[in-house]
Amino acid sequence: MCTYATIAAPLDGSAKGPNGSWFHVTDASVYFDHPVHAMAEHTLNIDFAAPADGPTARVAVELTAASARELVTAIQAALASAPAELTA
Amino acid sequence: MNDSLSARTIEIAGHDAAAIEAYLARPGGDGPRGGVVVIHHMPGYDRASKEITRRFAELGYDAICPNLYSREAPGAAPDDAAATARAQGGVPDARLIGDVGGAAEHLRSLPTSNGKVGVIGYCSGGRQSVLAACNLDLDAAVDCYGAFVTGTPPSDYALKITNLVDQLPNLRCPLLGLFGNEDKFPSPKQVDELEQILDDNGKSHEFHRYDDAGHAFFAVDRPSYRVAAANDGWQRIAEFFSAHLGG
Repeated sequence: MCTYATIAAPLDGSAKGPNGSWFHVTDASVYFDHPVHAMAEHTLNIDFAAPADGPTARVAVELTAASARELVTAIQAALASAPAELTA
Repeated sequence: MNDSLSARTIEIAGHDAAAIEAYLARPGGDGPRGGVVVIHHMPGYDRASKEITRRFAELGYDAICPNLYSREAPGAAPDDAAATARAQGGVPDARLIGDVGGAAEHLRSLPTSNGKVGVIGYCSGGRQSVLAACNLDLDAAVDCYGAFVTGTPPSDYALKITNLVDQLPNLRCPLLGLFGNEDKFPSPKQVDELEQILDDNGKSHEFHRYDDAGHAFFAVDRPSYRVAAANDGWQRIAEFFSAHLGG
């Protein structure tokens, strides 16, 4: 199905995108829906984007549900491993 | 039979007379013949959608696929355009009706037109095909596993989507529905509900449901592809449009 669900998150960071260029990421769209490329019927998709720079300013990731959960765990573990004063 | 065809990108007048991009595929020969509006799926105005459009030309129809994301991301790659449109809330129903209406008018304006136009959509486009058929003068509509024609979308969805239950009494043309029994959205129960509403309102419809098929069983480039269901479905579509579009 098309789930229609989309979660938006404001971000402040950078991503390496089209043509190997870095760009300032301002927004993420997160949704569980059909992938474009991954060989799964549905995936957890993340678009790291800079809408002000147009549709091509985007890094897209399509992960299986299990992979997405692994990523969440890894991100939380990495943040937890750093001194709190650095991640506040 | 004449199997030659031509296809190209054109500009048409969509909702509010806005210029939008569309992919037009036409058989060789002078007609007269019917037309088909192809509504692309949420992943966008992509290669697969254009292949489907060309197939309708091969079947003998003037076929057009409007780029529903023309406004959000003109000229962008289909996947980037789909992501941009999604982040902005998706395609509003009123705009969809206007864009499909513009595409249908373009088909009717062609010198080969017999005046009849059908619509077909896949996935999110399946719902939009029914939506168009409830609001536009069309001659036939095909819903390929569209979610939320019936059923209740969760209220916290960022994409504003409603079911079409209150609009179904206004359905203006026969509806062909093709569904996978393993699909969860629409579930077999939701398809039952749709069929009951159409029965109750005396609306002409023909439904086919396939075992060993879930969502997107027509999609040849996805793991969901089911050859038996897709082959039978294409045959049903060809027969349905032939009966209602004079193809």
